[in-house]
Amino acid sequence: MNPLLRVEGLSKRFGEHIGCADVGFDLYPGEVLAVVGESGSGKSTLLKLLSTRLAADAGHVRYQITGRGLVDLAELSEAERRWLLRTDWGFVEQNPRDGLRMNVSAGANVGERLMATGARHYGQIRATASDWLARVELDPARLDELPTGFSGGMQQRLQIARNLVTRPRLVFMDEPTAGLDVSVQARLLDLMRELVTDLGLAAVIVTHDLAVARLLGHRLLVMRRGRVVETGLTDQVLDDPQHPYTQLLVSSVLQV
Amino acid sequence: MNTVAGYNFAYLDEQTKRMIRRALLKAVAIPGYQVPFGSREMPLPYGWGTGGIQVTASILGRSDVLKVIDQGSDDTTNAVNIRRFFAQTAGVATTDSTGEASIIQTRHRIPEKPLGEHQIMVYQVPLPEPLGRLEPREAVTRKLHALADYGLMHVKLYEDIARYGHIASTYDYPVLVNGRYLMAPSPIPKFDNPKLHMNPALQLFGAGREKRVYAIPPYTRVESLDFEDHPFSVQRWDEPCALCGTADSFLDEVVLDDAGGRMFVCSDSDYCKTRQGAGHTGSQSPIPAEAT
Repeated sequence: MNPLLRVEGLSKRFGEHIGCADVGFDLYPGEVLAVVGESGSGKSTLLKLLSTRLAADAGHVRYQITGRGLVDLAELSEAERRWLLRTDWGFVEQNPRDGLRMNVSAGANVGERLMATGARHYGQIRATASDWLARVELDPARLDELPTGFSGGMQQRLQIARNLVTRPRLVFMDEPTAGLDVSVQARLLDLMRELVTDLGLAAVIVTHDLAVARLLGHRLLVMRRGRVVETGLTDQVLDDPQHPYTQLLVSSVLQV
Repeated sequence: MNTVAGYNFAYLDEQTKRMIRRALLKAVAIPGYQVPFGSREMPLPYGWGTGGIQVTASILGRSDVLKVIDQGSDDTTNAVNIRRFFAQTAGVATTDSTGEASIIQTRHRIPEKPLGEHQIMVYQVPLPEPLGRLEPREAVTRKLHALADYGLMHVKLYEDIARYGHIASTYDYPVLVNGRYLMAPSPIPKFDNPKLHMNPALQLFGAGREKRVYAIPPYTRVESLDFEDHPFSVQRWDEPCALCGTADSFLDEVVLDDAGGRMFVCSDSDYCKTRQGAGHTGSQSPIPAEAT
C-alpha cells in the first residue's frame, strides 16, 4: 500500500527558537495519527506545516494526489493547494469560531465547501447539509439557525460536518475536544471514532490529552521541544513507554 | 455654450486623462477586473459620481454628445449638474435623448432603449468590490479574484434563500463577466442586469473614492449568479406605466396622497417622454386640450 502522506526531515525555526525539527513519518489511508506533547512542544506548528499554512525551512511534505502520485506540497501552486484544502482535506480548529462562519446559518456553513466546488442546486445543497447535521447528531430542524446560538460542543460538531461534507481523505484536527466538558468530550470522541471508521478517513490529531490519543489514534507521535522523542502503536507506547519524557507524560495522567 | 476660462478641456489635465485612459485600456483588456487608478479630487463630493465623472472627462472628445441620468431621469440634481459641468468645461453638446448620445453617464440605471455600437456607458460606482460585505479584507478579496474562488458569493445567495425564500438582492446584483471575474454592476436594479449581457456598447465603471475602474467590452458574456432551482429573475409590476402605458420598463412608485393613492411611472424619463410623444397613453395621462 502507498502512503497518503509522507513527511521527511520537516523543520521550522522561529529565530533562535525551534518550532519543529527533523520530523518524519508516513501516514497510510485510513490511519489515525495522534500527536501528543506538552504545550510549546511544536504540535501545532507541525500541523500548520503539514496543512501548508506555514512554509517549512527544510524537509518535504508529500501527498498522494489522485492520479498524480506523491507530490511535494511546496511545489503546488496556491490555487492547487487551496483546492486540496477544500476538497481532499479538512481542518478542524481548536476553537470552532475560527473554523465556522458565525454570521451565516448552519446550513450555509456546511454547504460552503459544496458551493466552492461548484454545487449550484439549492435544494440538493440543503438536503446534503441537513443529512450531515443528522450524521453529527445535530437536529436538522436547526439548519437555518446561526452557529452563535449553538453550544460549544454543537459548534464543534458543526465544524466537523462542514469539513467532512466533501468527503475528504485526510483531516487535520487541532485539539478538537479542548474546551468542552467531559461528557460532551466523550460523545464527540465517540462520534469522531465512528466517522473516521465509516469514511475510512486518515487523520492527524494534535492533542495534549492522552485519553483522546488512546481512543482515536492508531499510532502515536510524542513530541518534546520540537522533536519527536518516541513513536509507535498507541497502545504500545502508552502501556510501555521507553523514553523518559513519555514515561513522565504517562505517569502524569490523573487517575480518578 | 460658453466654456469656463482657465480650465483644461473637460476639467482634468491631459496627463491625468492619459493615466485614466491607460487604466481603462487595461480594464477593457481584462473584462470585469478592477484596475486601480490615481483618483483625483473632483469638484463634487464622494458618492455623487466622482468616479464616473473622471472616466467621462478622460474619454470625452469635442464631437461627443453627452447624456447624464440619475435613477433613469435626466432632470434630477446630480444629472443636471454633471451635464452642466461638462457643458461648461468642455463645451460639448448635451442631450436628453438616449439615441442621440455618444456617451451616457449614469447613476443606478441603464436606459430602456437598446444601446448601439457607437455608444459608451459610464457607470458611477460607490462600492466596486462585490465580495466586500462578505470579506472586508481587501488583500483576501484580491486573492479570491485571482484564484476565481467565488464560493463565498453563493454562500450569501444561499443565506438569502434560507432566510427570505428567494434571493433578496434587488440592486447591485453580482454578475460573472466573461466566465471569469465576479463584478458588482454598480447599484443598478437587477432589472437591468440582462442588458449588461452581450451589449453592443462599451461599458465603463468608475469608482472615485475606492480608486478603481473596470469595464465590460462590447458583446461580452455577463451572467447573473443564481441557483439551478432558484434561477435569476427580474422585477415585474402588476400595472403598466401610468403615463405611457408600457409594461416592459422599470417603474418607480410615486405616492400621490396620504390616502394610499399611488402611481407607477417609468424611471427612464426619456423613454417615457418618447412614448408619450408617439401617442401612447396610460391611466393618468393628462387629458388632451381638444377633448375637454
